[in-house]
Amino acid sequence: MSTQSKGMSWVGRSIRRLEDPALVTGRGYFTGDLAAAHWVRFVRSPVAAGRIVKIGAPESAMVITAANLASVKPIAPLLHKFNYKPVAQPILADGVVRFVGEPVAAVVAASEQEAEDIADAVVLTIDETAAIVDGRAALAADAPQVHATVPGNVIVEGAHKTDGFDAAWARAHRIVTVEARSHRQNATPMEPRGGHAAYDAASGRITLTCATQMPHLMRTAIADLIGMAESDLRVIAPDVGGGFGQKMSLAAEYVLLVWLARQYKSSFAWREDRRENLIAGFHARDQYLTLAGAFDADAKLIALKADIIANVGAYSCFPTTAGIEPLMAMAELPGPYDFRHYECRARGVVTNTCTIAPYRGVSRPVNAFGLERLMDKAAAAFGLDVVEIRRRNLVDRFPYTTAYGLELDEASYRQTLDVVAKAIDLPAFRARQSEARAQGRHLGIGFATFCERTGYGTATFVERGMAITPGWETVVVSVDQSGLVEARIGASPHGQGLRTTLAQIVADELGISPDMIKVVHGDTDRAPYGWGTFASRSLVISGGATLIAARKVRTKLLKLASHILEAAPHDIVLEDGTAKVIGTDRSVPIATLAHEAHTQSHLYDGIEPGLTDEGFYDPPGTFSNACHVAIVEVDIETGQVKIEKFLVAEDAGRIINPMIADGQVHGGVAQGIGNALLEEIIYDDTGTILTASLADYLPPTARDVPEIDMHHLTTPSPNSVTEAKGLGEGGTIGAPAAVINAINDALVAFGVTIDEIPATPQRIRAALRNLSSPSPLWGAEKGGV
Amino acid sequence: MKPAPFIRHVPKTLDEAVRILGAVAAEEGRVLAGGQSLVPIMAFRLAKPAHLVDINEIAELGRMSNDGKMLRIGALVRHAAFHKPVVDNPLGHLLAAVARAIAHYPIRLRGTFCGSLAHADPSAEWCLVAATLDATLVAHSTRGARTIAARDFFQGIMTTALAEDELLAEVRLPLLAPDTRFGFNKFSRRAGDFAMSAALAVYRLQDGKMTDVHLGVGGAEPSPRRIPEAEAVLAGQAPGDTVFRAAAEAAAQAVEAMEDHQTSADYRRDLVRAVVRRALEQSA
Amino acid sequence: MSEKTAITLHINGRDYAIAVEPRRTLADAIREDCGQTGTHLGCEHGACGACTVLVDGEPVRACLMFAVQADGKSIRTVEGLADGDTLHPLQQAFMEHHGLQCGFCTPGFLMLAVGVLEREPDISDDDLLDVLSSNLCRCTGYQNIVKAVRAAAQQMRGNRPAR
Ligand SMILES: Cc1cc2nc3c(=O)[nH]c(=O)nc-3n(C[C@H](O)[C@H](O)[C@H](O)COP(=O)(O)OP(=O)(O)OC[C@H]3O[C@@H](n4cnc5c(N)ncnc54)[C@H](O)[C@@H]3O)c2cc1C
Ligand code: FES
Ligand code: FES
Repeated sequence: MSTQSKGMSWVGRSIRRLEDPALVTGRGYFTGDLAAAHWVRFVRSPVAAGRIVKIGAPESAMVITAANLASVKPIAPLLHKFNYKPVAQPILADGVVRFVGEPVAAVVAASEQEAEDIADAVVLTIDETAAIVDGRAALAADAPQVHATVPGNVIVEGAHKTDGFDAAWARAHRIVTVEARSHRQNATPMEPRGGHAAYDAASGRITLTCATQMPHLMRTAIADLIGMAESDLRVIAPDVGGGFGQKMSLAAEYVLLVWLARQYKSSFAWREDRRENLIAGFHARDQYLTLAGAFDADAKLIALKADIIANVGAYSCFPTTAGIEPLMAMAELPGPYDFRHYECRARGVVTNTCTIAPYRGVSRPVNAFGLERLMDKAAAAFGLDVVEIRRRNLVDRFPYTTAYGLELDEASYRQTLDVVAKAIDLPAFRARQSEARAQGRHLGIGFATFCERTGYGTATFVERGMAITPGWETVVVSVDQSGLVEARIGASPHGQGLRTTLAQIVADELGISPDMIKVVHGDTDRAPYGWGTFASRSLVISGGATLIAARKVRTKLLKLASHILEAAPHDIVLEDGTAKVIGTDRSVPIATLAHEAHTQSHLYDGIEPGLTDEGFYDPPGTFSNACHVAIVEVDIETGQVKIEKFLVAEDAGRIINPMIADGQVHGGVAQGIGNALLEEIIYDDTGTILTASLADYLPPTARDVPEIDMHHLTTPSPNSVTEAKGLGEGGTIGAPAAVINAINDALVAFGVTIDEIPATPQRIRAALRNLSSPSPLWGAEKGGV
Repeated sequence: MKPAPFIRHVPKTLDEAVRILGAVAAEEGRVLAGGQSLVPIMAFRLAKPAHLVDINEIAELGRMSNDGKMLRIGALVRHAAFHKPVVDNPLGHLLAAVARAIAHYPIRLRGTFCGSLAHADPSAEWCLVAATLDATLVAHSTRGARTIAARDFFQGIMTTALAEDELLAEVRLPLLAPDTRFGFNKFSRRAGDFAMSAALAVYRLQDGKMTDVHLGVGGAEPSPRRIPEAEAVLAGQAPGDTVFRAAAEAAAQAVEAMEDHQTSADYRRDLVRAVVRRALEQSA
Repeated sequence: MSEKTAITLHINGRDYAIAVEPRRTLADAIREDCGQTGTHLGCEHGACGACTVLVDGEPVRACLMFAVQADGKSIRTVEGLADGDTLHPLQQAFMEHHGLQCGFCTPGFLMLAVGVLEREPDISDDDLLDVLSSNLCRCTGYQNIVKAVRAAAQQMRGNRPAR
């Protein structure tokens, strides 16, 4: 960051968000707020698998089916590695349906309710075929095949084995195993998805306004599928009511809206309702994770074996593909632990369920849950406390190359652990725990240490073999002649407060206050091409590009000022909206400099006219880290878990706005608690979804989330020009592991283990009720090798 | 998620309402009270009534009265009316304790006591109260008024003794003796969710012994009901941990627990055991 | 489509004469027919509270009421919360305590909190937490919402004219 002679730096301060005034007064502008000439309602498959025999539409109704869309390509993302088998998802089901909720037809009417009335009257005749719902069952030789192009239902398969693995495994003093099961979740942004496509008669262009995290890629993809010029499509992401990954993938519904607008030269809108969102708005985290860790006599992990079965649903999401969960799991499973040998098999398995797509944390909540269970089980097997086992195994030298080959930059794995261990006072807790136990109350404590790869550029996506390799970002910073600054970015925030944090970065460089800076995003006509907001990348990559662009503008401002003030650039500071010569009262307003740069450029030899510069950034990635601790009480009669305390020690490098950073952690932890205890998408064996309302799918409420005790560490990243690391997903990654470990700790006296999320009261009670039949894992662990 | 079309009727008197209901009942006519159960069902289009008889403008149905023996609750009395005790009698306190557990504040401002009974969700708190306290329900139709005992009223999941042209105009709850003790416990996944099991224990404490015991369980069977096996365990005994546990066990054994994909009958019985004991503990 | 009924909604002190089908929910009427899109829809089945508005001073789920039922009633929505350019203490507190991220749930939380605090200014912290658990927020983890509402409650009590 620039060092200024005086005046406070904006970076590092909890300034109020620039986004808020509009949002608290009801002046936010969301996709669903737009009026349209036509409303679209999708008729969705009521069955999980079958052949469409007939779509019986009421006469005179406007009903679009696959037959109308012959010219539109299906969604078929590619992966060039990992034995990926391409599958094609038609915009509307074309002869075959593969999950309950799949769009089969689209009804168009003048209002939403009329469209729904007509959709209600559409009669689908579908020849039901056998459905496969469970990811593990889908691997059976006789399992129904979801796609003819995917024999055996394995759509993607990764494998990794370090040299010398077998020899290391043979040296094990003790093997500890975990069979972890993560059930299916839905990211559940409070605003469901939705789109609005409008034809502009003057230009012949289409504007698609939609709740997306990736406006530019939506433009590219939709134009390609429809076969139109990309420049004829403008995509706007207005205020977006949360996304958490769900609004990153291409929605087939949006393609149809653009097609309709083009075909009929009018405006067409669709607002996803909550039921649609729950059944068809992308799911996540449906995995089986089997781990075995080989430990030496000092309880040091020497080798890890992992088998990952990720149920990826019926299709492959665009752009990340069905590889996203299994491959992310394979690469990042080793986490912050120091061991040299790793064998992993990771399979993505197609089933007759809603397509899986990224959701905050992508796989890592499941990875951390498995690995942290392994650590706790190892601690028990070795008679160590849960802090000590981690202390012995965490990476403490940097850079460190993991057993999969990722390079961990400088971080504070042990320090964060020590900070929370001290804050929680583990011995005191143990005393309280045994007192409580004597009174029949069952408290438990759970730790989770993890790292989170953030802000990674193109190299990572190339490594994954993605046909589309996102990663870089461009930012254009310009100063207009009134002295206002605009930063146009390719990232597309939807609640993260990026308009504020990027303004803080620019403010320090240009010596003006953040409210003079407008961050423009979410409009492909206004913002430079970029990849949007996902994978905890925006602050690192867009922030880095912003800093680079702002520095260029700063250099130019100093040059101009040096001409006007007749002083050397290094004697000039930018502050309070002016350029000043240090130690004098000579100064010139930045607005004047901007005016000169635009209208008097002939006076400034060797300085390019205008005050616009571009920053480009494509970093290698940086790992933020945290340690979470949960203290829970388990009601053993009902199986209900109450979280009594939650601590987080977080290290995301340099923090631009602590208030916003804490908010990201709070929200992440709340979702992690939901993952751990409450949220589960449930299908019955026929593929019918049983959790299609918010009375059945249960996000946490204010009563379910405790106050979070935050601790901060700061290890600036050498891999990030702002020294900031990303932290958007961390809360979600650590919380399930901490909560599950705490539940198991509370139940240790009973000798039961819960290795399933969510740990519902039903599951906990079932484990306690079956006390008489001891868990096989328990036996294996005690036996060791 | 928009309701299907319907014709709305807005009677101003009970008589008028009953007349209209009589006329439209056969054509899928329904009463609209607080709408807190009916409207969600209509939004999912699980119900598509062709006519709604909106009773919200019938002032006489908003009344609550007490003749020293009975508390009479009109069809428009909302859950929130019970936030504070409505009568200076243990019943007022009981209703206040239960009301707070129902749904959420904004829903309690709209939802009605009688609507809850008519809807007959197996988990509904007011249904449990009515069943436990042997409420009397008053149904009106063009054929006249009749009273129905709570025990006969609840006939299964969302099924009641009301004929389709009958309007539940009033529910009558007996005032409780001054020496009445009560306890209520509800188990739900989150605050404000429907109970997975709930128990209400009401008895008189005379000479240190429990008499006139009413022990009701909701959410476990298709309808809430009193559990005679558990009441028998308690009657004539002094309150205490051992007898409470025995009663809880008796209740758990007595219920024919509902099962669903997530919840086994065993688990439901576990919950019954827990909520009954806890309700009893609270009463003591 | 069925017959439309002419009704008048008094929203934030202004009359909106509109014609709606009986099935039109109050939330849809406020948004679509009266153009006040600050009130949001997150579920349309009473589970999330994003649509919370005040009807005759009571916070209600506008997706569970029909517009015709609000004919002639006084309705307050988030757009009417500020007094000109002066924000309501709750709006101020939400900004100061970072009680919002994407802002989609915010109008519902604001109206819920205003409704409750105006009706029960001395509500206990614990009861307030119960009330706030009526609505869902997916971004904030609630901690800052709770903080903001408690802070505003204090301030609103302070502003109360002495009795
Ligand atoms: C998110 C949420 C959570 C909830 N949680 C709970 C909970 O924990 N516990 C609980 O008990 N309830 C809960 N409810 C339901 C709520 O209490 C309802 O208010 C209640 O069940 C129905 O009352 P109502 O007046 O709203 O009836 P309505 O919704 O208007 O009607 C319900 C049904 O009863 C019929 N009906 C209504 N009144 C009469 C009458 N007088 N005569 C004949 N028929 C009539 C209607 O035709 C309809 O079929 C919840 C609701 C929501 C949305
Ligand atoms: S939209 Fe009304 S409660 Fe969710
Ligand atoms: S701020 Fe996004 S849902 Fe609450």
